Amino acid sequence: MSFLRGEAMTGGYGGADILHGCDISVERGEIAVIVGPNGAGKSTAMKAMFGMLGLREGRVTLDDTDITALTPQDRVRAGMGFVPQNNNVFVTMTVQENLEMGAYIRDDDFQATMEQVFELFPVLKEKRRQPAGELSGGQRQQVAVGRALMTQPSVLMLDEPTAGVSPIVMDELFDRILEVAATGIAILMVEQNARQALNIADRGYVLVQGSNRFTDTGEALLANPEVRASFLGG
Amino acid sequence: MTDFLNAIVLFANFVFVPGLAYGAQLALGALGVTLVFGILRFANFAHGDLMAFGAMVTILVTWWLQSIGVGIDPLPTALLALPVGMAGAVALALLTDRWVFRFYRRRKAAPIVMVMASVGVMFMYNGLVRFIIGPDDQRFADGARFVVSARDFRDMTGLDEGLVIRQPVLITIIVAFAVVAALFWFLQRSRMGKAMRAYSDNEDLALLSGINPEKVVAVTWVIAASLATIAGVLYGLDKSFKPFTYFQLLLPIFAAAIVGGIGQPIGAIAGGFVVAFSEVTITYAYKRFLEYFGFQPEGLVQLLSVEYKFAVSFVILVLVLLARPTGIFRGRVL
Amino acid sequence: MSGWRIAFLYLGMAVALAAVGFLQSWNVSLAILNLCLISAIMALGVNIQWGYAGLFNVGIMGFAALGGVAAVLTSQPPVHDAWAAGGVGIGLALLSLVATVAVLMVVRSRTAGAARVLLMLALGAGGFFLIRYFLDPAVAAIEATDAARTGYLGGAGLPVYLSWIVGGLFAAAAAWLVGKIALGLRADYLAIATLGISEIIIAMIKNEDWLTRGVKNVTGLPRPVPVEIELRQERWFIDLAGSLGVDPTEFASIYVKLGYALLFVVVLVVVMWLAERALKSPWGRMMRAIRDNRDAAEAMGKDVTRRHLQVFILGSAVVGIAGAMLTTLDGQFTPGSYNPLRFTFLIWVMVIVGGSGNNWGAVLGGFLIWFVWIEAEPVGIWLMNAITAGLPADNVVRLHLLDAAPHMRLFLMGLILLLVLRFSPRGLIPERVSRS
Repeated sequence: MSFLRGEAMTGGYGGADILHGCDISVERGEIAVIVGPNGAGKSTAMKAMFGMLGLREGRVTLDDTDITALTPQDRVRAGMGFVPQNNNVFVTMTVQENLEMGAYIRDDDFQATMEQVFELFPVLKEKRRQPAGELSGGQRQQVAVGRALMTQPSVLMLDEPTAGVSPIVMDELFDRILEVAATGIAILMVEQNARQALNIADRGYVLVQGSNRFTDTGEALLANPEVRASFLGG
Repeated sequence: MTDFLNAIVLFANFVFVPGLAYGAQLALGALGVTLVFGILRFANFAHGDLMAFGAMVTILVTWWLQSIGVGIDPLPTALLALPVGMAGAVALALLTDRWVFRFYRRRKAAPIVMVMASVGVMFMYNGLVRFIIGPDDQRFADGARFVVSARDFRDMTGLDEGLVIRQPVLITIIVAFAVVAALFWFLQRSRMGKAMRAYSDNEDLALLSGINPEKVVAVTWVIAASLATIAGVLYGLDKSFKPFTYFQLLLPIFAAAIVGGIGQPIGAIAGGFVVAFSEVTITYAYKRFLEYFGFQPEGLVQLLSVEYKFAVSFVILVLVLLARPTGIFRGRVL
Repeated sequence: MSGWRIAFLYLGMAVALAAVGFLQSWNVSLAILNLCLISAIMALGVNIQWGYAGLFNVGIMGFAALGGVAAVLTSQPPVHDAWAAGGVGIGLALLSLVATVAVLMVVRSRTAGAARVLLMLALGAGGFFLIRYFLDPAVAAIEATDAARTGYLGGAGLPVYLSWIVGGLFAAAAAWLVGKIALGLRADYLAIATLGISEIIIAMIKNEDWLTRGVKNVTGLPRPVPVEIELRQERWFIDLAGSLGVDPTEFASIYVKLGYALLFVVVLVVVMWLAERALKSPWGRMMRAIRDNRDAAEAMGKDVTRRHLQVFILGSAVVGIAGAMLTTLDGQFTPGSYNPLRFTFLIWVMVIVGGSGNNWGAVLGGFLIWFVWIEAEPVGIWLMNAITAGLPADNVVRLHLLDAAPHMRLFLMGLILLLVLRFSPRGLIPERVSRS
């Protein structure tokens, strides 16, 4: 049984179903990546696992506990961290305050966690007193990931973390994500930059029209000629 | 030289000191409007009448305290009654939120529907206040009237003009300063204050971070209603209490919030003083002031008569909307 | 929405008015009817703004008051002495105003940056003093002319019903000014701006005595219908009353009220017809499309701000017309009587209760709410008497409650608005959603 698992997920945002019996799972310390064409339901699948839309069928389990009925807020408390694609930092607040807000639900001392985040993203320590709105795109993404890490989650979900950043910044961000995974956190992310993302992925899911088309290790998917031809641009 | 000093004292007495007190009162009111806007995202038209309600409760308690002979002479009894008035306004605001605004918030109704509901609430508050205390002027100030009287000042300095510092003015300035300092400490340093700023900045992300929106909203109303009561009581002590006046204060308060940048507490304060000083300087008759400089003006040399003081707030509002809709401190555009 | 429901609701309203006629008196009933008709027109104006376009106007009072000013300026005879005393000064002040605005516009379009701001401020201040230089002595001279009886310029001496059109034009001009500034920003700004302009309009009307006589009021406005006292002395009228077997005194007042009612019905029918035509035209469909999805409409290339300005001006003009009619009916202009509760808030309750977006609903709301507003007073006093019946006549609580009963009426209206807004936001006669 996988650590976080969405089984046969079917549902949408109230109207027609977007997901049709979609299966996603990820293990601790692993990176799972969801790729696929536009409108395939990549983000929707991840949001479903985070409880941001109601499932008509299927279920979500975390560490063998059924969490299908929990609200996103409750899932945060249960150990899930989510980094939205847009508006993922408090722009008027300083970097440090952003991290504090990430730890809002914690009543214990989170100073050590903050130090860990600063170790992971040294540039944030430097800019801890600056409003997050004044940072560059890549730095903002670091703040966003750092904010989500403040709850010490067991699963971290990232919705297109590299959208709109330069290739160099993207590589660096992926390096950091690998480091995070190495600490034993399960990482699930949705990516447009399929090739680079599958490069670091332990497991990849290719979604088409809300269903799984290919599921394999990242390496195998990159090697699969059909996947290459259809989804990776040859 | 004496003429020059006399002119300065005259100006301070009739423009600077009253402007300072009025500005502080407006700032407290505008802080409430701006906080409610930042968190609940609508312009609350009921704020002026919430001020009137809080002030009314304070007045009723003041009268009761006066009748049983409890006071804190030389300070006005109203200061003793103020916490009760604040509690009353807070209770009313929370009930209103529970019965009116929460419904629209949960449905994510368009802001204009919330504004409209707040107009309904405004008239209900208005009816309530008139029903309980009546529509007329009420006086409730007691204690010492002056800190520095005109004669003291003249004796002290030997000038012809006197600088009067009335006690309510001094109290206004001291209380406003203390309250604003406490508010800023709360917003910048406390966990709840930061949560409020986070919620105001990015509602969805605040929810993701586990911030409880109902708690944020409740705290916002507690602060806004308390500030409204303080502003209302200070205004009433300084001038007098009349329900309709508080309704009319709504315009300068909105102007102050927008001039400063809506959703920006620091802007609300700056805006309050900008509006107040504009109003006072534009409606002041400069005849005697100019006479000290050797001019002999025929008329009163008053730019606008006092009846048009709303026009001043309105013109400021219009200028800001045309030139810089985000206000001085780059708030949101409504 | 079936036509039956509308017919039924209107029938109920007619029955209520008839009941007042039978139970109280026909004079009272007609008095209520006349104000119902005016309220209905105002509600139509507001419905055009809110129902068609979603514009929230909190300054209805100001536009109605401008209509009142129009009634005075159109129908009162000109005061020649006052014109002789200050006419030239007022004219020069007006000219300076026009010149100042023209210069400011030129500067605004020709310069940029900090220079523009400074130059405009300086020129604006200069223009202000120039205007005041001409205006102040002229105003003093005019207000000194027979101050007890006139002390103002008077009007154009035209028939009073023309003022209904003039009132519409005045209100439209004010709406253009407000709309230019506040439309295009978020809707809250329009609400705040209209609140402000209405307070300023009232302040001007109260203080610019040379124009409106201010709080000294203008009484004895000419009327579009006969005057009761004169009517009672007419041969044909006495004969008519005799043949109907009614008291000429009471009949005279009923006759006059019927005359007003007829005129008002004509205006209401015309405005209603135009409003319905507009709503069903492509223009009306576009307005509603903008209201329901502004972004989509904008993406389709609609100039939303311009359309909003149009509809805001039209709605305000209708309110101005109704305001002029109201002053005509009163026969006097009393600036002190304008208060936002009666003139802004009550109209809003009418539109929301009647059914925003539906003209038939707005008109019904105008009738119903005015009826309730008037009849709530005797009911309220009766209720307070009933509640306090056990208390002695001089009990403080009883006296206070009786005294405060009218304020409760306000509270109840607020309550009605909030209840309808929450539980039946579409009102009594909901908007027809057309499918095409």
